[in-house]
Amino acid sequence: MSTAAVTDRRPSTLRGARLPKWSPWAIAAGSVLVAVAIGLAAGLTSRIQWGLIAAILFVVGTYVIAGRVEGRRQAKDRIATSLVWVAFLIALVPLISLIWTTLARGVHDFNLYFLTHSMGFVADSDTGGGIYHAIIGSLEQVGLATVIGAPVGVLTAIYLVEYGRGRLARAVTFFVDVMTGIPSIVAGLFILSLMLMADMQPFGFAGSLALAILMMPVVVRSTEEMLKLVPNELREASLALGVPKWRTILKVVVPTSIGGIVTGVMLAVARIAGETAPILLLVWGNAFINNNPFSGAQQALPLYIYQQYANSSGSPAAYDRAWAASLTLIAFVMILNLAARGIARWKAPKTGR
Amino acid sequence: MDISTQTTEAPPPTPPPSATERKRDARGATRAGDRVFLGLSRGSGILLLVIMAAIAVFLTYRASLAISADHGNFLTTFEWNTNLNPPVFGIAVLAFGTVVSSIIAMALAVPVAVAIALFLTHYAPRRLSGPISYVIDLLAAVPSIVYGLWGALILVPHMTGLYSWLNEYLGWTGIFSWDGGAPRAMLTVGLLLAIMILPIITNVSREVFRQVPRMHEEAALALGATRWEVVRISVLPFGRSGVISASMLGLGRALGETMAVATVLSPTFDIQASLLNPGGGTFAQNIASKFGEATEQGRDALIASGLVLFVITLLVNGAARAIIARRKEYSGANA
Repeated sequence: MSTAAVTDRRPSTLRGARLPKWSPWAIAAGSVLVAVAIGLAAGLTSRIQWGLIAAILFVVGTYVIAGRVEGRRQAKDRIATSLVWVAFLIALVPLISLIWTTLARGVHDFNLYFLTHSMGFVADSDTGGGIYHAIIGSLEQVGLATVIGAPVGVLTAIYLVEYGRGRLARAVTFFVDVMTGIPSIVAGLFILSLMLMADMQPFGFAGSLALAILMMPVVVRSTEEMLKLVPNELREASLALGVPKWRTILKVVVPTSIGGIVTGVMLAVARIAGETAPILLLVWGNAFINNNPFSGAQQALPLYIYQQYANSSGSPAAYDRAWAASLTLIAFVMILNLAARGIARWKAPKTGR
Repeated sequence: MDISTQTTEAPPPTPPPSATERKRDARGATRAGDRVFLGLSRGSGILLLVIMAAIAVFLTYRASLAISADHGNFLTTFEWNTNLNPPVFGIAVLAFGTVVSSIIAMALAVPVAVAIALFLTHYAPRRLSGPISYVIDLLAAVPSIVYGLWGALILVPHMTGLYSWLNEYLGWTGIFSWDGGAPRAMLTVGLLLAIMILPIITNVSREVFRQVPRMHEEAALALGATRWEVVRISVLPFGRSGVISASMLGLGRALGETMAVATVLSPTFDIQASLLNPGGGTFAQNIASKFGEATEQGRDALIASGLVLFVITLLVNGAARAIIARRKEYSGANA
């Protein structure tokens, strides 16, 4: 009886032989070698298939070897580790491919001419042309959206953190959460339904309104988090000096968390700058330069990319322009992101400890 | 200096809640500046509610115009002919396509995202996990149209091999049969959507896994558990609801994604049993591709389909947020 129990327990002990530290690397190298051999032998052209075969060999090999030497529990542990690593590496493939292609194919057309010329009188299949009109349109639409969306978002967050009690605040919190998930095209359709009723033609500001709707909940969420970080002692100290609450908020709470608030707004701007669907419905796109966001169709960078792709029926010149515009857009978004994070680190609220 | 002028009148109300003052005064709502400021901030909160209500009301109104003119059944008709007189259209195909592409995306993205989140919190060397989290944040910021362009020009050509392999070995199931056309079908769409929602699911799951009480893990370790057993008995049970809500946030994204689907899918207005043959469409994609040639009647029909999408995403997101709200500490979900 007792010996049976002992033998039952044996496989689950961790105190047995162990594989040396370098064994995962050895197994990885071995599986890559075998995968390359298989790939060459079977004449598989795609390197991605080679990689997948190597990944499968690695996971299976780890399990078999560890199971032989160390026992079942260790083998399971090792297979989990190798699966997690493989999942991570697989996820890197599309990421690297996306960034690499955008860079490699985007630089072909990316130059000063491209940035300073519009598509006026340039057919989609011709070379030449640029994105000046799209940059102007994007800047105006996103700028107007920010002017509307950011103050409303920040004020709402102030309401939720500083004043909000009771049913109204709970409703606002819930709907802000839900609003974060509104598909951009639905925001576009909402403004479109208003425009249909007023019988209006597409213009840039309509796009700004839809973008502002998309921006508000993002700003509310991030500002809320930042305001919550401000220590209560600061508020109490200010109130104890007899400063009215609104001045406490404006002079103590907001300045303390201004770095985080600005970061949140910039991240929201980066997000709406890439939105295509509402622009497609409301601003239409325009090959010519239109500096007036309140009248007439405009262009925007994301929509420009879409139209170069979709309307050109496969002309290489249009694809080159689409990639170069993608590069511009990604660069803009990334710079905003990095700057926002830089500001967040630089102006991080001092929590008083 | 105006602080000093106010201190003369202010001291009584600010220290302990004095019974003589009304409750409102303790909150500071009586002074003119306070009243204006409270009004402004409460007003913007209310404005958000009004916008949400207005979206629902106006979409419903335009949709009702369209549906009453519809000479097909809005829910079951397999057609989208809004320029006919009378128009005939229905959302059956769109609903099917939206659900199928989202299911594929979830099936591919959730396991990988959870694995990456585990990798970042429990497996990666500490020096690596910071920069990687950072890169994933940036990845979430790449505009969807860029994913769409990449998907259409890079991913689609690379899918031919997978398609023919699936057709060869799994074609008999019917789901994976392929007629050899361009691989611009639901499977490609699902894969692209999976890549797009991976960052958000990873981010939220990572936050949840980070909050697993250290004690739980140490207790498991003290009992002699291996690292995988620690994950299985302490991390995953704790994080389950968080992972579910993260997945639903991702699902909300996948359901409403427009441009990536519009660039990759070659839509036809019918339902394909096979995931590899081009066909079907999604709500958002259909709106983007049909909008150009739509008359006012057609736009109302598109608004009607958008209303359905709105309601679906509302339900999905509401459910996700409700799960998160039950465990308040998961506030990392502001993406």
